[in-house]
Amino acid sequence: MAEVTLLRTQGLARHFDGIKAVDGVDFTLHQGEIRAIIGPNGAGKSTFVGLLSGRIKPSAGRVEFAGRDVTGLPAHKRVRMGLAYTFQITNIYKEMTVLENVAIAAQNRLRPNMLRRNPGGEAEIERVASEAARSVGLGEMLGETAGTLAYGHQRLVEVAMGLAQSPRLLILDEPTQGLSDGEIANFNAVVRKVSETATVLLIEHNMDVVMALADRITVLDQGRVLAEGTPAEITASAAVQAAYLGEPA
Amino acid sequence: MVLHNKKLAALCLAVLVLLFALQFVLSSYMILAATRILILAVFAMGYNMLMGYTGLLSLGHAMFFAAGVYASGMVTYYFGVSLPLAFLIGILGAFAASLIIGLLVLRTQTVSFMIVTLMFAQAAYLTTLYFSRYTGGDQGLTLPTSARSFRLFGQVLDMTSDLTRYNIAFAVFAVTLIGLYLITQGPIGRLFVAVRENEDRTRMLGFDTYRIKLVAFTVSGTVSGMAGALYGLMFGFVGSSFAAFQTSIEALLYTLIGGPGTLLGPLLGTTVMTMLIDRLSGLTTAYLVVIGVLLIVVTLWFPAGILGTIRNRWLPWLK
Repeated sequence: MAEVTLLRTQGLARHFDGIKAVDGVDFTLHQGEIRAIIGPNGAGKSTFVGLLSGRIKPSAGRVEFAGRDVTGLPAHKRVRMGLAYTFQITNIYKEMTVLENVAIAAQNRLRPNMLRRNPGGEAEIERVASEAARSVGLGEMLGETAGTLAYGHQRLVEVAMGLAQSPRLLILDEPTQGLSDGEIANFNAVVRKVSETATVLLIEHNMDVVMALADRITVLDQGRVLAEGTPAEITASAAVQAAYLGEPA
Repeated sequence: MVLHNKKLAALCLAVLVLLFALQFVLSSYMILAATRILILAVFAMGYNMLMGYTGLLSLGHAMFFAAGVYASGMVTYYFGVSLPLAFLIGILGAFAASLIIGLLVLRTQTVSFMIVTLMFAQAAYLTTLYFSRYTGGDQGLTLPTSARSFRLFGQVLDMTSDLTRYNIAFAVFAVTLIGLYLITQGPIGRLFVAVRENEDRTRMLGFDTYRIKLVAFTVSGTVSGMAGALYGLMFGFVGSSFAAFQTSIEALLYTLIGGPGTLLGPLLGTTVMTMLIDRLSGLTTAYLVVIGVLLIVVTLWFPAGILGTIRNRWLPWLK
């Protein structure tokens, strides 16, 4: 199978007052895969995906998405190109209902010009939104105020907002943090379903989730790529074990 | 065309019917008071578009009110432009002012935004004083008798008649209410609220939030200026006091009391505050003290205002 490159970075770096959070990362993501990024705390994972999504400006290097140099493109335009981002810390509209939250996410694609009506009207936006909410298991809670939901459900609202955008690339920043085992099993099923139509980039601490989902794993440590390979290769890697468990004496 | 939030639409319609009927029961003094309330409510509704729905607290809306007052008043005073045309020129003036100033001030956020809008408004106020040779400054300009009536569709409308004024104010109020209903409810309105609730998230859903805020700012300034144009032309007076800081605070006060981010809040807030000030100033010259205390109480215990509190407790559609 010919592998199509969806996203590529070259020499991508971000320094915060001398601290090299991300330090010259070359990274390639192929269309259709599920990639996990792992690494110890402070390895620069969140900064790295922040650079990909455009929330953080790079100190050096470039980002290409879908064959186009997007290094200078503001975040909202990258999202419109199909690069969806879900937040590490739950970041939803707490005062609005679940359906409204997801509808705003769907509206971006379905009604790109705020002053012009989309042909399908609001019915279409609501249909896409409720479908996305249903697929993560929130079908019963469409009318509830998002801020009153249990934490695990709020995380799922976040994921549904990612789905409703029908993205080409879905970046999930620690999506299972704070979820129960049952919710995690459901989440894994959702991600597998998403990956039929989208590429998934997953930052995750829970190794069970990573092993169950990822086609390939990239390990970041101190802002650099330490290792990259299949789950089996990564598990066997001495360098990875050293980074996680400390250098052998 | 789909009607979003039908309950609110029905309530708005009922309010409009009630307002229209008022002219048959109120005394002529109360008609005058109600006319003022309707025009100031339009001003507060414009302010609410930005502060209530989009969450941007401006301290400079006097400049847009005054832009309407001066643009319409001065073309009438100096060039004898007819009142309907002058009214349109007033709206256009406020539109231009709010678009240009919006492009600049929306680069700032929160406290800086408050300060920058205040600075622009003070600069505008001082400008009206500096050019007092043309603007009349503090003394203002009183529009000549020729500008106190106009012909429309063969009818002569007299700006010194209480009922004529009330019905014109009512018409402008009704158009504003319907216009803002269409803008704030449904898919477009949702975006302003999204920016208010969580701007970062909205940007990361692919929306150009600067543009959304600019639309809100321009609509807000234009509606505020329309109220200014109406006020100046209707009462035949143009003066610097309209551009003063207190005018900005009034819009904020009316919106806060009535309920920021509710369509009918500004009308209620304007009514309550205008009536209250009217009564209080009859009792004591220190009525501003009472207003101050009221403002503190509302901010502490009812930050959502009257209609906002009702919405949060009982009627979620009241927005």
